[in-house]
Amino acid sequence: MKKRFSFTKIYTALVFAFLYIPIFVLIANSFNASKSRTVWTGFTLDWYSKLIHNETILSSLLNTLIVALAASVAATILGTAAAIGIYNMRTLSRRIVMNVSNLPLLNPEIVTGVSLMLLFKFMQMEFGYVTLILAHVSFCVPYVILNVMPKLRQMDRNLCEAAQDLGCNQWQVFRKVVIPEILPGIITGFLMSVTYSIDDFVISYFTYGATSQTLSITIYSMTRRKVSPEVNALSAIIFVVVLAVLLVVNIADIRRHKKEVRR
Amino acid sequence: MLWMAVFIIVPLILIAVFAFTTTVKTDADGNILDAEALDALYEEYEEEYGEDAEPEIYERTIFTLANIFEVSRYMSTLLHSIWLALIATVICLILGYPVAYLISRLHFDRQKIMLMLVMLPMWMNFLLRTYAWMTLLERSGLINRVLGLIGLGPFQMINTPGAVVLGMVYNYLPFMITPLYSVMTKIDGRTIEAAQDLGAGSLRVMTRVVIPLSVPGVVSGITMVFVPAVSTFIISRMLGGGTNMLIGDLIDLQFLGNAYNPNLGAAMSLVLMVFILLCMSITNSIDDDDMEAALL
Repeated sequence: MKKRFSFTKIYTALVFAFLYIPIFVLIANSFNASKSRTVWTGFTLDWYSKLIHNETILSSLLNTLIVALAASVAATILGTAAAIGIYNMRTLSRRIVMNVSNLPLLNPEIVTGVSLMLLFKFMQMEFGYVTLILAHVSFCVPYVILNVMPKLRQMDRNLCEAAQDLGCNQWQVFRKVVIPEILPGIITGFLMSVTYSIDDFVISYFTYGATSQTLSITIYSMTRRKVSPEVNALSAIIFVVVLAVLLVVNIADIRRHKKEVRR
Repeated sequence: MLWMAVFIIVPLILIAVFAFTTTVKTDADGNILDAEALDALYEEYEEEYGEDAEPEIYERTIFTLANIFEVSRYMSTLLHSIWLALIATVICLILGYPVAYLISRLHFDRQKIMLMLVMLPMWMNFLLRTYAWMTLLERSGLINRVLGLIGLGPFQMINTPGAVVLGMVYNYLPFMITPLYSVMTKIDGRTIEAAQDLGAGSLRVMTRVVIPLSVPGVVSGITMVFVPAVSTFIISRMLGGGTNMLIGDLIDLQFLGNAYNPNLGAAMSLVLMVFILLCMSITNSIDDDDMEAALL
């Protein structure tokens, strides 16, 4: 029994090695003075300074953030409104609408990307910020709906009626009762939208314009070239940022859990 | 609501419309001209009106099934994609299942940390992750160098179907582990203990308790790996070279590549989409049956 257990442990360690070795190789290479990715010739920070002075990367980083923020805000508002609308529907139509809204989650990304590209071409829109943001909004909305819906279901309908009995009008009920009740879902939906938007490549690839390159698109064109050590530096930075964010979130999570246990 | 209509339904309808139509050239009377007739018309005009004269040619969109039929010419590519994605999914399941099980049996704090470690690579841009494997697998890459030290190789690793499968497994393994974990963590430890008390060996505990209870996780893990794997075009392009075209590459080529033909591309997308939705409804129904069986 005990031997079995340690076997699983070794197995897990191997899987983790598989997950992490490529990333560590990238990070190690970001300090490599040689342009070749396999020969170590000495320690350098050159690639980092080159990266910081690289206009394309900086502007595409800015684009990524603008698009992610704009798309997530829009998607959160639209998604919340849609979720409330769906919640108030009759069962049959609610089912149909939910299935339609889940479609982009099930569809392969490439199909969504292509279909949006056809739509923008059909409407004769110029490919750029607008198309990119619209595309991102359209794949973020389902995630917001998915997060807000359960919160709406958990909400006690009597609360709304109580508020109305106490003299609230529709808008006040919405603002003072519904919104606070579903706020956690809205926030999770927003954060998920930001994450997916920043990380997205495939859909951006089909809908971006020359002026609105995101970081993913820039990375793609960099990896197409044979040697570009700046990519290594960039991945090292992204790795550290992601690690920091996840650590903060998880430590906060564990602390909260401990507090709850104590209570 | 309107939003959903415009950005979900209309694009899909457009795909269908493009898939079933094609643009043809016609003369002034509306007769469809094929390449031969077109040449003939140009020649006729040149003879009659001199070099610069242009015949009147119109473009018209017609309904056709030709695109759908043409997709069947690329059936081998589609099957190749499905085959590679299937292998990748199975490997992910084999690799991910024990890991998810181990994590789900840990102490809460540790679970969180391990889960974070699983998610961390997923948060890196997937282009960078794939790029990392390019570095490792190259002919003069790290793996070949290490093997060279002990007198082996060099092996041709990049630009093979194996490299594409490896890229799929690496990129989508966390998608397999997380749903498995979230189902397994709900399995009550006491259920397993009860089985052990009743005399079940560890193998029996696995096959009779853990695996049946984790079926929903297996199903969603399989879909979460298979769907992106079958439609990828980046992994195959970066790790497969030009020789391992997948259906995603073909679609991309029809829209943004050299073989510009949106109608054919739309037809391919439609076939891919229908295929995946069919697969999903099948797996979903299996899932439901199992749930009912478990309840009985």
